[in-house]
Amino acid sequence: MARINGVAIHGYGGYVPRYRIKDEEIGRIWGKTASELPVNEKTVAGPDEDAATMAVEAARIAVKMAGIDPRRIGAIHEGSESKPYAVKPTGTIVAATIGAGTGLLTADLEFACKAGTEALQLITGLVETGRIEYGLAIGADTAQGRPGDALEFTAASGAAAFVVGRAGGDAAASIEAWCSYVTDTPDFWRRPHDRYPMHAARFTGQPAYFRHIIGAVKSLLDNDGYSLDDFDYFVFHQPNVKFPFAVAKYLGIDRKKITPGIVTDVLGNTYSACSLLGLVKVLDSAEPDQLILLASYGSGAGSDAFVIRVLDGILERRRRVRGLSSFIDDKIYVNYALYLKFRDKILMG
Amino acid sequence: MGKVFVAGVGFTKIAEHWDKSLEQLMAEAAAKALEDAGIPSVNSIYVGNMMGEALQEQAHLGTLLAEDLGLTGIPAFRIEAAEASGAAALYQAALDILSGRSEAVLVIGGEKLSDGLSEEVSSAMMMSGRQEYEGFIGADFYAINGLLYRLYEKRYGSDGIAMFPVISHTHAAGVSHAQYPFKLTLEKVLSSPFIAEPLRRMEVSGIGDGAAAVVLVGERLAEKIKSPKTAFFIASSTDYITPFERENPLHFQSLAMASDKVFEETKVERREVDFIELHDATSIMAALSLESSGFVEPGKAGRLAEKGEFSLEGNLPCNTFGGLKARGHPFGATALYQVAEAHLQLTERAGNNQIDSAKIGLIQSLGGVAATAFAILMKKV
Repeated sequence: MARINGVAIHGYGGYVPRYRIKDEEIGRIWGKTASELPVNEKTVAGPDEDAATMAVEAARIAVKMAGIDPRRIGAIHEGSESKPYAVKPTGTIVAATIGAGTGLLTADLEFACKAGTEALQLITGLVETGRIEYGLAIGADTAQGRPGDALEFTAASGAAAFVVGRAGGDAAASIEAWCSYVTDTPDFWRRPHDRYPMHAARFTGQPAYFRHIIGAVKSLLDNDGYSLDDFDYFVFHQPNVKFPFAVAKYLGIDRKKITPGIVTDVLGNTYSACSLLGLVKVLDSAEPDQLILLASYGSGAGSDAFVIRVLDGILERRRRVRGLSSFIDDKIYVNYALYLKFRDKILMG
Repeated sequence: MGKVFVAGVGFTKIAEHWDKSLEQLMAEAAAKALEDAGIPSVNSIYVGNMMGEALQEQAHLGTLLAEDLGLTGIPAFRIEAAEASGAAALYQAALDILSGRSEAVLVIGGEKLSDGLSEEVSSAMMMSGRQEYEGFIGADFYAINGLLYRLYEKRYGSDGIAMFPVISHTHAAGVSHAQYPFKLTLEKVLSSPFIAEPLRRMEVSGIGDGAAAVVLVGERLAEKIKSPKTAFFIASSTDYITPFERENPLHFQSLAMASDKVFEETKVERREVDFIELHDATSIMAALSLESSGFVEPGKAGRLAEKGEFSLEGNLPCNTFGGLKARGHPFGATALYQVAEAHLQLTERAGNNQIDSAKIGLIQSLGGVAATAFAILMKKV
């Protein structure tokens, strides 16, 4: 695929709720020892938060960094598997709240944990073709995990947003290339009206996560003329801490290039926001001209891989907003009982 | 017992074979065994499989395999005896030859456990116990093993029991068909989480997919074909399904009886056995098997394991390719892997795992917690 021509990120923002629960606390309830816990702690959306409110929080930061009139935004795509409404778009809520105009395209996307990067792909295409001036791509989720299930130890809440426009004007980073790798692989699914997803245990590893991420990364390198050595950072989807490092080991990537983009250890798996929050964390500290490879993963299954180059404008733009680390550090721990209440897991009869 | 010979063996790597079906795995192993034996067809097929109905919703495996192998027209059946299904298929195959009805029989064992979620596999494993009693109270295979371990601990102390997985992993290191071809330290075993206290995760076999096949032939055909052969003898016995209904839960009477029978029939003494392929589905079962079959005094297996008695260089090497713990334990296929590995040992094709001048090997295969037992003795010819 030809490289993307003249498309850049003008603003980005990450948001996670204040509340955290330690995996140790979940393990206390379900009888798991320390060695069985996949992350240290995870975010918990407050009782008044959902995928729409968190998308708004992230979008506000991204628009502020972009420094544009929100009415210049021509499209808003949000990827999420926890939309507050089954029928009613989330994009319109975001548009109205941030003050975007009415002449815009909104569509909500769903592809498990990679719907956020799909939003970024679509917005990139709309900008590249000149159909819109700016677009807003968002990944946001309040992920669900059945009490006691392996997912409960990681399923978390968060959002990341990106304002994308034509290159120039001291943009923060350019998007040079992307590609996708998808197959019909049922590793994780949720039927309509089901409260919690099902997953096929270890099948979610080798034939699902690893095959698709490695497939996407390899085709990106092969088709767009990059080599692994070109990259300063790698951000892979993080359902747990182990998996992205296992990809790195397989591809022969230095762990030091993975660590800066790891967020799951302290935030959990924020699904559609997960790899994008990893990207936000890297952008918050990267230097101009550094190259980032981002690869998301969505069950069902697919991976979207991107090449993102940091530009000079990032240095000044970063100062305009609150960085992700301030959200990561700002936390209030809840116990399992409060967590059940906040996540609406207590049946009222 | 008359004469039956192993004339060819074949197997797949034990792994999570996401891209192959149970049928494909078994056909692959069978084709390899026929090739190893150097014969294109057989008179009958016996298939060992435990969970086809539960996990694949597939029965009728004998006829399916006959079709896959281009052998439609011959008798082909599936035999089931829980985790010892493969050994049960071998038993029937040997009888077929001894009866004079067949001169060459293909025995195929296969299991594809990764087709089920862990809950589904656990539930299917319960089929080897008594559902109306053990299943009802949730006393699954590992729970019962945990209780036996605790009883053993009380009676003898458990020193060295956790060495059995260490030995199996040491032997599996570098074995190409093993599911876990790497070494494991005792510290790692003892720091792994309990699954049914005092039984730890690293003391039990994992979940894997695999298939193995063996060609058995009668005496007349054995003389004609050129492939390396070993003599094959098999005996079986049963006991109460629930160990705690047995007079002594720490004695596998079924295995003791099967072992006695096979030694009596072959006139072989226990001291002549060069190696044993144990049914180490759990560490405690490895110890109880050695003690019950008369190789070790009750309560001594762990200490002897610590001293290196059962290592490849020891006096009585056990699990020469890693056993159930490290080579892997795809239930219906397991006994076929054991026989195939013993055949490689006795025909001096065991590579780095070869035991010097091995002449007699013993294989133990158990269904449930030794409710069904098979003892197979193989001799160099």
